[in-house]
Amino acid sequence: MRTARPDGPAPVLDVDALLDDRTTEIIVCCGSGGVGKTTTSAALALRAAERGRSVVVLTIDPARRLAQSMGIEQLDNTPRPVPGVRPGAGGSLDAMMLDMKRTFDEVVEGQASPEKARQILENPFYVALSSSFAGTQEYMAMEKLGQLYRRARQDDTYDLIVVDTPPSRSALDFLDAPERLSSFLDGRFIRLLLAPARGPARLMTAGFSVVTGALTKVLGAQVLRDMQTFVAAFDTLFGGFRQRAEQTFALLQARGTAFVVVAAPEPDALREAAYFVDRLTDDDMPLAGLVVNRASPSARTALSAEEAIAAADRLRSSDPSSVTAGLLQLHADRVRLVEREQHLCGRFAASHPRVPTAVVPAMAGDVHDLDGLRAIGESLARQA
Amino acid sequence: MTAPADRPDDWPNVRLHVVTGKGGTGKSTVAAALALALATAGRNVLLCEVEGRQGIARMFDVDPLPYEERRIAKGAPEADGRSGRVHALHIDAESALLEYLAMYYRLGRAGKALDRFGVVDFATTIAPGVRDVLLTGKVYEAVQRPRGGRSTDGPGGTTTYDAVVLDAPPTGRISQFLGVNSELAGLARVGPVKTQADKVMDLLRSPRTAVHLVTILEEMPVQETSDGIAELRAAGLPVGGVVVNLVRPRALGAGALARVRDGGLDPSAITSDLQRARVDVDAELVASLVAEAREHAVRRRLEDEQRDLVAAEGVPTYELPRLASGIDHGALVELAQLLRRQGMA
Repeated sequence: MRTARPDGPAPVLDVDALLDDRTTEIIVCCGSGGVGKTTTSAALALRAAERGRSVVVLTIDPARRLAQSMGIEQLDNTPRPVPGVRPGAGGSLDAMMLDMKRTFDEVVEGQASPEKARQILENPFYVALSSSFAGTQEYMAMEKLGQLYRRARQDDTYDLIVVDTPPSRSALDFLDAPERLSSFLDGRFIRLLLAPARGPARLMTAGFSVVTGALTKVLGAQVLRDMQTFVAAFDTLFGGFRQRAEQTFALLQARGTAFVVVAAPEPDALREAAYFVDRLTDDDMPLAGLVVNRASPSARTALSAEEAIAAADRLRSSDPSSVTAGLLQLHADRVRLVEREQHLCGRFAASHPRVPTAVVPAMAGDVHDLDGLRAIGESLARQA
Repeated sequence: MTAPADRPDDWPNVRLHVVTGKGGTGKSTVAAALALALATAGRNVLLCEVEGRQGIARMFDVDPLPYEERRIAKGAPEADGRSGRVHALHIDAESALLEYLAMYYRLGRAGKALDRFGVVDFATTIAPGVRDVLLTGKVYEAVQRPRGGRSTDGPGGTTTYDAVVLDAPPTGRISQFLGVNSELAGLARVGPVKTQADKVMDLLRSPRTAVHLVTILEEMPVQETSDGIAELRAAGLPVGGVVVNLVRPRALGAGALARVRDGGLDPSAITSDLQRARVDVDAELVASLVAEAREHAVRRRLEDEQRDLVAAEGVPTYELPRLASGIDHGALVELAQLLRRQGMA
């Protein structure tokens, strides 16, 4: 996987070696929004399946037509076989789309007694938390990954799970989710909220009454009561939640996991990718490499941008509507764009010289069928 | 789309311009260009970011912004060379919460106790939605603030900023982000939080707010823009315009494009043109240029299909070109002038 390209600045990401390696059990695709994470996840999953792996791909928010062609337009949290996968190599591909609310509900139902579960599911704070607020998607994506993994182990259904990650504000949010959950559960604030339910005397310090006083002033007594009911009902589940969060984090650090960071040749996307690479390295997470999507197609001739512009100007001085001048101008624009992208990628490679990289040229149109995914898979693998 | 100089812009009553867009469409660039465009002579514009990315500082090439309003640039110059001022503010939830507590509740000692008990940390990182409430609350405060004061009561009279531009979260999250105060108002049925949340929602749903969507002419972003418009309307939030960003160069007209696509270009004519332009020409060069133009023409046709879909949304649209050199301050001024010429500001 780390064979260095003799002339290139970065080593090449050997996608087929990664997919064919039976010890690769989980591939996590991450990166900032709009860089083609979902498409990359689906393309990797399809290629792995057609090379003989039993694959499930967990997508977060696929484009409608792509979801349709993969047979997952229903959001029902159940992996379904993708029609049209070539079975020649003995592999298979299932796909599912994450339903975060249902995932959350299932965790609650699985952990609490029916009576308690009902109490929680009806609490207004729980309804808001599980359905509409930011952050929950990250928690639930990781929860679902953990579930899929445990089930695959148990039933011997899949030998590779490919996960797409939510389009977070920061691409790092989902990595922090398990730890945040843990720190939340250990937090003093939770103990504070639980205090009245657990018996008054112990925490009734001066600090405590100041805080409850302030909270009542800010939130109103009714909100505070709702919150306390919610936290008290949730209390029994906390241990289970923490344990699961820690398990998932450990799973992400395990040998069988491979992170693929996805970017586009744009300053913001590459900066986010750089953060991600650094963070993964710091946390000892197994990084497979970087995929740069949507690279502009390279120029077909060596004519420089300056020469092309000068020539276009000469033609336009006699014929303002010259089509040849237009061709030259398009060529100049293309050369400049490619130069800029190469410069940006070169800068990334200079600061991260050991990160294997694959560059995928932009497709003319959007990808919404298996043929399109196959073409991207080929292009990803062609680098090596 | 070209407007005479004295034509009022399309959003004369809008005080808060919210700019959203799918990741990768350049919404931050458009927000910055819009702020520069709105800052005509004598006007003060505030550009806010809420996603902790320090994108404004990078675009304007200044030091990372603190939680404090800073003057960062002059507006894009008008015909007579005069311009207004653009200020910037990087809003982070922690600072907003502490400021909010100090401002509205004069909490003093209790504020510190909240911090000590981990409430600030809880509220800004874990408690769902609170972050967005704080961020929108601060934007509200900046929009309402009277000139020379920090009270938030009452419109009427002059305010510190003539316009506020918010570089907002992406399209997929925008209705949730802006609607968070109505969720909160639903949870807290009485009390000061409800009053505050209701006030913020009043501003966001009023004609003084416009939510602009940035897209590029590709299928997914256009689809998401259309979904975003429907969601905003359903949530009672005022839809502004659509800014079509990163449009490919128009080096070839419609007729030439059609000929390129149909293979109707005459290589010998191109050859003689290139010779006339003193280019060292051979058959391969001509073939390469024609092939590049054909790829361009295919993409232009896809762009046109998407442009029709954007037009079908029936909201004002503005177009900005893809600049091969990337975005710096000079490029932002150029884009700002283009937005002004099209009547967005």
